[in-house]
Amino acid sequence: MLLAIDTSAGSSVAIVDRDAGVLAQRSVEDTRKHAEVIGDLIRECLAESGIATSALSGVAVGMGPGPFTGLRVGIAAAATFAFAAGKPVVRVVSHDAVAFGWYADGNTGALLVTTDARRREVYWSEFSGADDVGLPVRAAGPAIAKPDELTTGAHRLDTHWVSAASVGLLAERIYQHGRDFAAPEPVYLRSPDVTLSAGPKRVTT
Amino acid sequence: MNAPLVLGIETSCDETGVGIVRGTELLANVIASSMDEHSRYGGVVPEIAARAHLEAMMPTLKAALAEADVTLDDLDAIAVTSGPGLAGALMVGIGAAKGLALATGKPLYAVNHLVGHVGADVLGGEPLEQPTVALLVSGGHTSLLLVRDLVSDVELLGETIDDAAGEAFDKVARLLSLPYPGGPHIDRAAAAGDPRAIQFPRGLSRPKDLERHRYDFSFSGLKTAVARWVEQRRDAGEGVPIPDVAASFREAVADVLITKAVAACNDLGVPRLLLGGGVVANARVRELAEQRCAEHGITLRIPPLSLCTDNGAMIAEVGAQLVMAGHEPSSLDFGADSTLPVTQIQA
Ligand SMILES: [Zn+2]
Repeated sequence: MLLAIDTSAGSSVAIVDRDAGVLAQRSVEDTRKHAEVIGDLIRECLAESGIATSALSGVAVGMGPGPFTGLRVGIAAAATFAFAAGKPVVRVVSHDAVAFGWYADGNTGALLVTTDARRREVYWSEFSGADDVGLPVRAAGPAIAKPDELTTGAHRLDTHWVSAASVGLLAERIYQHGRDFAAPEPVYLRSPDVTLSAGPKRVTT
Repeated sequence: MNAPLVLGIETSCDETGVGIVRGTELLANVIASSMDEHSRYGGVVPEIAARAHLEAMMPTLKAALAEADVTLDDLDAIAVTSGPGLAGALMVGIGAAKGLALATGKPLYAVNHLVGHVGADVLGGEPLEQPTVALLVSGGHTSLLLVRDLVSDVELLGETIDDAAGEAFDKVARLLSLPYPGGPHIDRAAAAGDPRAIQFPRGLSRPKDLERHRYDFSFSGLKTAVARWVEQRRDAGEGVPIPDVAASFREAVADVLITKAVAACNDLGVPRLLLGGGVVANARVRELAEQRCAEHGITLRIPPLSLCTDNGAMIAEVGAQLVMAGHEPSSLDFGADSTLPVTQIQA
């Protein structure tokens, strides 16, 4: 049983169980309110599912790609929650969760997932299909591009949110089949915006 | 009640701080700084600071618990800075604090960073006598406060209308080709210089300015004046006496800071001044404060330097004071407020 958190797009929190499925899910689409809503979403999911923190087996979190400021809120909350509960954190790439949900719905074939990267760009990942245990096979990405640079024959799924339930169910499946979780670093894909100045500007003309 | 055990998280600028206090007793004060990563840019880069906070959060939290030799179960409350500061940086601390509070079931207090600097003075020392004037000076803020009651009544007397004093140190250091952060390097260079060599302007100190900005600060004119002076020397093919420039600049900053703080104490009849913030590390600022306070019969309080720079213990202490005063925890839906006014002690 996992608490799952994703703040790579909006804010989404869920409690999932490998056998019982989704026990609770609460989401807020607003992409500028992650810090405000994260606490209430976790509290509401715990209350709605009636699951005690001690009954969880871990915390799953989407590592992005996603706009940095919001993305970090979920990752930070997942890390401290897991630490305080004495449970492990398991990490997945947020796009993999989107693809996992799409294939779990019975879809097949190649899939292109895109999410908003702001500045008229998108984060994208391409999947060739689901493997024999239903895990999505990422063929390319995650990466960043202008929307019209992406030409592919794959079915295109432009999405505005990532479901924490998909993050959690994907993590359960990865664990069940002994596959690798994502790396502990957030998937930023962009360097921090900094310009090295050429030195102080003259003030006298 | 017994002295509450409180853990505080601070991420408003470039220091990831986690501190633990029991009442007014300091148990742990662990700080991870991303200062080195900013040095090549000559100032704090918000996105670099926020990324570093996320990386440093768990190690800093674990180190603080180990240093204090307590467990999360032992805590009575958790406190976190919710503003003012860099929004993206604040949000890392807020996310972390909320995760911690929910998993432990402990009450959560969202605390004002500037009031935290005042709270630092309560730690370990004698009780804070109130009211007191507080001068808080760092790379991110330059504020003069009247603290009537740490948990319920803090008034903003004045603040910088442009650069923070610490920022001015960084910019003048760059002008003199001294490394970042500017404060300690200017301090070192100034030791061999003459503070009266060059008469740099004292911002917002003319009678006309004082009418409207009695307790406000401005350092952008001073920075420009130093740049102009240095350029004129270089244009004339003359060498720049770095120690004299550094000493004269530092004198101008220290003079205007302490003059206004002492004026506030005298005007308000409050014979107590408290200093806080990283610029307190500056030798001349401390020296001038000691000298002028002695002249005017003002009691001066300066917390240890490790508590003057941004840290989690000062946030924990405000949390402890709020708990002891019987204040309710913050509602769970607070966010980062980069311009949180100092009158809002708890969000
Ligand atoms: Zn500060």
